[in-house]
Amino acid sequence: MTYEQRKNNRGFDETRPIEAKVGVIKRADGSAYFRIGNTAAYAAVYGPRNLHPKFLQDPARGILRCNYNMMPFSGSGERVRPGGNRRSKEISLVTEKSLLPVLELGEYPNSVVDVFIELPQTEAGSRCAGICAASMALADAGLIMKDLVTAVSVGKVGDKIVVDLDGEEEHFEEGSTDIPIAYLPNLDKITLLQMDGQITKDELLKAIEMGKAACKKIYEIQKAALKEKYVIEDA
Amino acid sequence: MHKDLREYIIQLFGKGHRLDGRSPLDYRKPIELKVGIIPTAEGSAQVKIGDTEVIAGVKMELGTPYPDTPDQGGIIIGAELLPLSNPDFEAGPPQIQSIELARLVDRGIRESEAIDVKELCIEPGKKVWNIIVDICTINDAGNLLDASALATIAAIMNTRFPKYENDVIDYKVKTDAKINVKEKPITVTIYKVGDFFFVNPDTDEEKVYDARLTVTTLSNDSLCSLQKGGNYPLTVEDIDKMISIAIEKARELREYLK
Repeated sequence: MTYEQRKNNRGFDETRPIEAKVGVIKRADGSAYFRIGNTAAYAAVYGPRNLHPKFLQDPARGILRCNYNMMPFSGSGERVRPGGNRRSKEISLVTEKSLLPVLELGEYPNSVVDVFIELPQTEAGSRCAGICAASMALADAGLIMKDLVTAVSVGKVGDKIVVDLDGEEEHFEEGSTDIPIAYLPNLDKITLLQMDGQITKDELLKAIEMGKAACKKIYEIQKAALKEKYVIEDA
Repeated sequence: MHKDLREYIIQLFGKGHRLDGRSPLDYRKPIELKVGIIPTAEGSAQVKIGDTEVIAGVKMELGTPYPDTPDQGGIIIGAELLPLSNPDFEAGPPQIQSIELARLVDRGIRESEAIDVKELCIEPGKKVWNIIVDICTINDAGNLLDASALATIAAIMNTRFPKYENDVIDYKVKTDAKINVKEKPITVTIYKVGDFFFVNPDTDEEKVYDARLTVTTLSNDSLCSLQKGGNYPLTVEDIDKMISIAIEKARELREYLK
C-alpha cells in the first residue's frame, strides 16, 4: 500500500514543471498558455461582446460562457472524437463556476464574456491547467477581477497525500484519489472542489492545505507571466 | 461590404505595396515549422506564418478496409476552426469553411500519392492502419489553408507507428517505424483582387479578394490538385499566371520540410 517515490524525484508537495505565457493568441482580446508537466492548455477570451440571440441578454449583468475542449490528438490513448462530450460539458460548467466569483460582470450589462479553453496535450490535471490559463487570459483581456484563480489537483496515491497527480499516479493500482481544486490566493476561498476516489475527512483537509500552498506558488508564476507582457519600459 | 477597404488595398497594390509593407508575392516572415511538439500524438507539427498559427496532430488507428479496396489503408483529414482562434468562429459542428479546408488539404496529399495506402494494410480484407490527421487552428491571422497543408504533411512525415502486438495498440510506446512518405506536396493559394495577384493574405485582404486558386504541386513542379474559390471568374491567362506563382512559391515553402 505504500507509495515511496515519485517520478523525477518530485516531492509529494511539489507540482510538475510549469510554463506560463500571456498574449499567445493575437486575435483574442486576452489569451494565455499554461503547461504543467505533459498537460498544456491554451485559453482565449473574447469580450465583453454583444450577446446574440438577444433574449439571452441580462440587462443587469454580463454572462460568462466557458468552453473546454480537448484536441482530437491530445489524449494519452485513442483519438478523442471532436465536438465535445458529456465530460467536456461538465468541465466547461465547473470551470465557469470556478471563474465567476472573481469577475465583476455587473460592469458589462447585456454582454457576454467567452472563454475558450483548448488542450493540445494532456496527462492528468487538464481542467486545472485550463482554469489557470483562463484566469490569466481574463486578466490579459483587461476585465475587472477581484483576484486571479489558481488551480491544481491534489489527492491520495497509495498511502500518501500528494499534489498534482500525473497520469501514472491517477491509475495507481492500490488506490488513487484525485481532487481538483481552484483557489483564490488573495481572498483565501475555494471555487472548485471535485473528487474521484476515497479519502477520510482529515486527509481531505490536509490535502486541501497542501493544494493551497501549491496554488500560492502557481499564483506567483501566473503573476510573473502577466508582468512579463505588461513590462513598463524605462523612459 | 468592404468597398472602401477593397479600393484602398487595390490602390496600394498599384504601387506594389500591401497593408503590412510586404510585396504582393511575399509570405509573412518568419515562417516557423516545429515537429514532434505533441507527445500524445503519433506525429505532430506546428506551423506559424506571421501571426497565423495551426497545429496538426496524427493519430494512428486500426480499421477495416472498404470492400472494394481490401488491401488499402486510409487517410482521414479533419479540420477544427477553433472559436479560440477567431472571434467569428463558433463552437459546434464543422461549418462549410472547415469542411472545404480539410477536403483541400486531403486532396493535395491523397492525389500527390505521397503515401502508398497499400503499405498501410495489415491483413487484406480485415485490418488496415488509418492515418487520422486533425488540424486545429490556434490563431487565424489569414491564410489558414496554406499553413494547414504544410502542417499536415509535416505531421505525417513526423509520425511514428505506435506499438502493435496481438491485435492491440499500445499508444504509450512509439516504435521507430515511420510512414513511408514519397513526395512533398505543397499547397499554395493565389488570390486576385482587381488586376493584382497576391499570396498569403492577412485578415483584411481575405475580406476583399475577388477570386482565389488553390494549387498543390509536387517536387517536380507538376500539379496534383486545384480548387477555384471566390465570387468572381478567372480568365485562362489569370490561371496561367497564378499557377506559375504557385510553382515558384511552393519551391520556397518545400524548403521548410527538410
